[in-house]
Amino acid sequence: MATTPTKTSAAKSSNQGFVYLPLIAGWLVPGAGHFLLGKWVRGTLLAVSIIAMFAIGLAMQGKLYTSAQDILDMLGVAGDLGGGLLYFLCRAFGLGAEPVKTTIADYGTKFIVVAGLLNIIAAVDAHNLRTGRKSS
Amino acid sequence: MIHPSHFGAVVLFALFASTVFGITMRDKPRSMFRYGAYCFVLFVGSVIVFSWVMFFIAR
Repeated sequence: MATTPTKTSAAKSSNQGFVYLPLIAGWLVPGAGHFLLGKWVRGTLLAVSIIAMFAIGLAMQGKLYTSAQDILDMLGVAGDLGGGLLYFLCRAFGLGAEPVKTTIADYGTKFIVVAGLLNIIAAVDAHNLRTGRKSS
Repeated sequence: MIHPSHFGAVVLFALFASTVFGITMRDKPRSMFRYGAYCFVLFVGSVIVFSWVMFFIAR
């Protein structure tokens, strides 16, 4: 079966180097996967959105999930882990350790979880760009 | 510490989520912007509609 030159070059470039690097970098640092691929504007917008959402969640006195006592806590931990280094740094510095006391703090907790989930989406997008599954 | 209103929190949430959705779900910059704006309007619009629904249910 014949392939177009564009697909052939994309396949060649996708075979060079460690193919999961944008995925891992994008998970650890929001936007880094796109930066590695030279998508500077997209990476910046993703980084600003995800880091701002995470930071605003913390500023709203949101809680970081630390242990999985039940199924909802497990889902919370999974979402928080999507934040990559943001999550580990905040754990290391004791941020987000206060229990939730207000409605706004509960919203902040959700902001943090969703920021982690959005970061996973962004990292997978960088992986798709790297492998050629997404064209541009 | 910040204490946004409930609607302010919704707008912030919609803004950030729509930005990521727009960039990751479309290929071209123009369609990214259009899809992001579409998601933002759906987020905020659905909140306004369901808020009014709950207001009338509670009466």
